[in-house]
Amino acid sequence: MADVFPADSVGLVTPQTQHFSEPLVLRSGRVLPSYDLVYETYGTLNAERSNAILICHALSGDHHAAGYHHADDKKPGWWDSCIGPGKPIDTRHFFVVALNNLGGCAGSTGPTSINPETGEVYGPDFPILAVRDWVNSQARLADVLGIQQWAAVVGGSLGGMQVLRWSIQFPERVRHAVVIASAPKLSAQNIAFNEVARQAIAKDPDFHDGHYQKFGTIPKAGLMQARMLGHLTYLSDDAMRQKFGRELREGKLNYSFAPEFEVESYLHYQGEKFSTRFDANTYMLMTKALDYFDPAADFNNDLVACLSQAQCRFLVVSFTTDWRFAPQRSEEIVNALMHADKDVSYACIESENGHDAFLLPIPRYLDVFNAYMQRVRNDIAPAEAV
Amino acid sequence: MTDTPLRADLAILEQWVKPNSQVLDLGCGEGLLLQHLQRHKNVRGYGLEIHPDKITRCIANGINVIEQDLDKGLSNFADNSIDTVIMAQALQAVERPDLLLDEMLRIGDEAIVTFPNFGYWRTRFYLMFKGRMPMSETLPYNWYDTPNIHMCTFRDFEVLCREKGIRILNKTVFDGQHQEHWTIRLWPAMLGEIAVYHITRKHK
Repeated sequence: MADVFPADSVGLVTPQTQHFSEPLVLRSGRVLPSYDLVYETYGTLNAERSNAILICHALSGDHHAAGYHHADDKKPGWWDSCIGPGKPIDTRHFFVVALNNLGGCAGSTGPTSINPETGEVYGPDFPILAVRDWVNSQARLADVLGIQQWAAVVGGSLGGMQVLRWSIQFPERVRHAVVIASAPKLSAQNIAFNEVARQAIAKDPDFHDGHYQKFGTIPKAGLMQARMLGHLTYLSDDAMRQKFGRELREGKLNYSFAPEFEVESYLHYQGEKFSTRFDANTYMLMTKALDYFDPAADFNNDLVACLSQAQCRFLVVSFTTDWRFAPQRSEEIVNALMHADKDVSYACIESENGHDAFLLPIPRYLDVFNAYMQRVRNDIAPAEAV
Repeated sequence: MTDTPLRADLAILEQWVKPNSQVLDLGCGEGLLLQHLQRHKNVRGYGLEIHPDKITRCIANGINVIEQDLDKGLSNFADNSIDTVIMAQALQAVERPDLLLDEMLRIGDEAIVTFPNFGYWRTRFYLMFKGRMPMSETLPYNWYDTPNIHMCTFRDFEVLCREKGIRILNKTVFDGQHQEHWTIRLWPAMLGEIAVYHITRKHK
């Protein structure tokens, strides 16, 4: 069966679900009495349990980071470019854990789940989560899997924020932190983009203040708008010019308001696809977690003092045309780490793909990532040295 | 792990780096110097580099490497935050060597600089007799594609140090094969091809 998949793929994978009955106290003060986390693993945990890598997903990601669920799947998991045999996160050497975060809509407990206290779906009443809540829940998953210390915690964008949070919240449980296309906190411009996206959803008449499941509707138009806006901020001007230019779908102007330019139909397609797979309340919640993230706030806004808590080594990566999480934002992290006297390496990868670059197999990006993960391997207990 | 011997200028400057100190290596290449200093002197530090392949090599070599363009300044480093700032064979390739020297001694208590001597006798003779910009093993580029945009002589460098009130703590001069020979010490400005200067702004 496996030979129908590419040789550098992890092949067929099956998600697992872990139930947690111990209540989780959230940053907001609210409590999740119990919850499920759905996750996938790739590779084999070694006897010392020292080769585990945690993958933290971004806004619209989930636990399906690599491989295929079915032999006829058209696309592999969202980070298949970097996870698999011979890839930077090499599953011949590492045991990889990827989960769907709490509040998500791919199987873990979230707004579409039943609230055990009311017997009805949570909908908009699902508690608003902070990045640290995700990290706490991930730590409980690590406990269940018997992983005391991650060889590395890895993530891009919002995933990178979880990596930063791990490094200061559980310093002794992280050996290496890989923070890609991320930021120490969002800028006003970034929060503004998120608010426009949320408003697009909230103002959709099918949203019903988040109770759309009760009404049997989906705020499809709102989700489409939110995704179209988000998607275009993940691309660069150059990438859009090269990909679409001013190409017309029918080769001529039709003097109509229907999509005429290729870029328009591309955005419609992306929005449409997203609106059928993603939950609106989850989108609202994930963007809020992004907005709230500001770990330095607990340290008098001193990022150096904040990151001084960390004990791990860091790799920070940014991309030249990423304006949503610009290289300067990664450099704030790097400078703070250097001031805190932490081990850190930093590469700013030339790319025309904007924020999306962190998901793409860009040769220099893979080289840097590979070289660093080799170091992570070198730090794994002697068993690996065989 | 292999431990290849260091280039002679790097072997010399190693003597001037204090054990267990903090080092910043500007234009760190593949990180071999920092790797050597980490192993043998237990230093902590960062290398700055701009070339993609060298950065990857640094990461593979276990060095803390930061992608940063020296020509855009070092304002991200605090005053007196580093014990020794090192720049090997890069001074002549930056846009403003004078400003970078100021920055090195703002950040570091001490600095170590190595660069090729444009006053080397072969260079002088090359220009005098051929009437063309000198090329050699140390200076292998054409005038139009050379990265070495600010060549200077040992004397030029020492004059600049004097003007800036920079104190020269140590100095060693080599020929192109990185040999230190007694004849070079007789007339370093003419016979030396590469120099290593150990400098500070601090006064005794």
